[in-house]
Amino acid sequence: MITIDNLSKTYNGVTVLNLEHIEIPKGQSFGLVGNNGAGKTTLFSCLLDLIQPTTGFIQNGEYKVHENESWKSHTASFIDESFLIGYLTPEEYFYFIGDLRGQNKADVDALLASFEDFFNDEIIGKRKYLRDLSKGNQKKVGIVATLIGNPEVIILDEPFANLDPTTQIRLKGIIKKMATDRDVTVLVSSHDLQHVTEVCERIVVLEKGNQIKDIMTSPETLKDLERYFSGAEAQAALEVEE
Amino acid sequence: MGLGALYFIFVFAGMGIGLFFGLEKAGFEPLSKINQFLIYFFVGDLVIRYFFQKMPIVNIKPLLLMPFKKSKIVNYALGKTAVSFFNWMYAFFFIPFSIILLVQGYNPLGVITWHLGMLAMIYINNFINVFLNDKTVFVVLLGLVFAVFGGLQYYGYFDLTTFTQPYFQGLYEKPWMLIFPLIVLFGIIKYAFSYFNSRMYLDAGLAKKENIATNENLDWLNRFGKISVFLKNDIKLIKRNKRSKTTVFMSVLFLFYGLLFFGNAIEVYDGPFWRMFAAVFVTGGFLFSFGQFVPSWDSAYYPLMMTQNIKYKEYLQSKWWLVVIATGISTVICLPYLYFGWETYLAILVGAVFNMGVNAHLVLLGGAFIKTPIDLTSGKKAFGDKSSFNIKTLLISLPKMLGPMALYAIGHFTLGPVFGYALVAIAGLIGFAFRDKVFNQIIKIYKSEKYKTIAAYKQNN
Repeated sequence: MITIDNLSKTYNGVTVLNLEHIEIPKGQSFGLVGNNGAGKTTLFSCLLDLIQPTTGFIQNGEYKVHENESWKSHTASFIDESFLIGYLTPEEYFYFIGDLRGQNKADVDALLASFEDFFNDEIIGKRKYLRDLSKGNQKKVGIVATLIGNPEVIILDEPFANLDPTTQIRLKGIIKKMATDRDVTVLVSSHDLQHVTEVCERIVVLEKGNQIKDIMTSPETLKDLERYFSGAEAQAALEVEE
Repeated sequence: MGLGALYFIFVFAGMGIGLFFGLEKAGFEPLSKINQFLIYFFVGDLVIRYFFQKMPIVNIKPLLLMPFKKSKIVNYALGKTAVSFFNWMYAFFFIPFSIILLVQGYNPLGVITWHLGMLAMIYINNFINVFLNDKTVFVVLLGLVFAVFGGLQYYGYFDLTTFTQPYFQGLYEKPWMLIFPLIVLFGIIKYAFSYFNSRMYLDAGLAKKENIATNENLDWLNRFGKISVFLKNDIKLIKRNKRSKTTVFMSVLFLFYGLLFFGNAIEVYDGPFWRMFAAVFVTGGFLFSFGQFVPSWDSAYYPLMMTQNIKYKEYLQSKWWLVVIATGISTVICLPYLYFGWETYLAILVGAVFNMGVNAHLVLLGGAFIKTPIDLTSGKKAFGDKSSFNIKTLLISLPKMLGPMALYAIGHFTLGPVFGYALVAIAGLIGFAFRDKVFNQIIKIYKSEKYKTIAAYKQNN
């Protein structure tokens, strides 16, 4: 579904992203982990054609994202609050996205009804504009909006951050459910190793823009990752490089 | 600080130098005549400040946890308002005017106390404005009341200035009267200080006002088909954000701009093509002030727009309809200009056609080159930033004004005024035919500048 090839991004001589080749097949739930500055958001921004890669390309569907815009019709994403329209109410925002994705009001309402639990009665009918919602509630709106119109690719940057524990658990349920659907490719980045190992079947670890690990999730994965991020293996990796 | 600021500096300096001699030539005693109208000046100043002067009070949250005394933070915030452009721009009027008074042999002590009195009045306004947060109804009412007083005075029913003029005149004639504005000024500064000092809490003085939101369907817009999606959004954008409301307010002011030209109030504007200039201006207020910032209005969520499956053309058409409809409404509101004769209104109609047919496209084209993010929640800065001004937009702007003037002049001096109007109207109608061509050009610019635009919008968000 998605092919990343020879992708790099350099700002003023500093390379922040440098990936040789990653292939994400259709239906895979793909997790991206790494410390701050590892290049997770840069990679997602390239994937959404929001920034221009210095070399290489990303292909989403049949075409390269920077050459053809057809990926937009099957891809939904929530990166940060710049994906929300502050002066709309949540309902208006959902309908707006629905309009853009060819869904009528009834379709959107049906979808929203199935997320009643997730919203925890803090979103719908609260007579508040998005800009006045708390960060966590804004995130809930952004995440659910990506599910409107049955997209084939869903990209979520740090979806677990700012959410309360109950919502985190519910969100894991939602992503797991999507992962079982072989038509939906989910890409998630996170700082939370436990969450990401629970919901993703494949995990790629980035460090300073480079791919350090690419693992299919197994019961040992979490321990593996924890060991790596506690520093021992980072040290070892550095020594190998030298 | 943008073009708007430069314009005001220029106007005030010109008035400061010219007003004395102008009034003298007209047979008035300049100082007492000016003192007569100062009351309107200060009320107008307060209204303008309310809408445009930026209050730093909201930006001090991060300072709360710093190791400063609270009183220091309040001093800093209030002090910051004191150095605002809205205070020192008047220096360009009052300083030259006072110097001329001195040179003309007015009593030096009186001139100095008068000047200091004016300074105190300006700062009294500055601090009144600090308290006027979200009191739009009050401010608009105040403005209206004084507009009514102005009307009553003009038609000779009641002259408010007979009560206020002696006070301002007194500042010159009886220097000790300076004490009054000074006492008020110190009082209000002290009050402002203690008021904010006691309210330096997140849930008190620093609380963000939340509006009660209602869902709006705007289903009647569905008749516009595909573009209704964007049209609905744009109307909500205009209705629910401070910055866009300020823009609408400004375009209402544009409607009155014609009085300067058609009423023969100012001699230099008597030339025939100035009428065309005014006609383009009065009907195009919204078109210019809103249109020049497309797509910056959507800067806060530009990444969303760029990742959704959006047809640029529908997006642009929506904005185009907005400015065209607003131009149409302005034209209707301008009907009272019929008072100045049918020819004046004909000029306005023709100007509106030119605005819709030509300027609507040009203004959107110019906007494509502006990459200044807009903070929708703040009404300030509406006079423009320096970054929202560049050579490309200037070049595109010139024909918007000069085009109709030149066309009219050609007609006026060959076959007469009616031919002049016809030429401008025909240019407007031809413009409609090129709409899609211009749109394609704009879309090309949007696409080629996409990454730069996203990066630029990110800077302030």
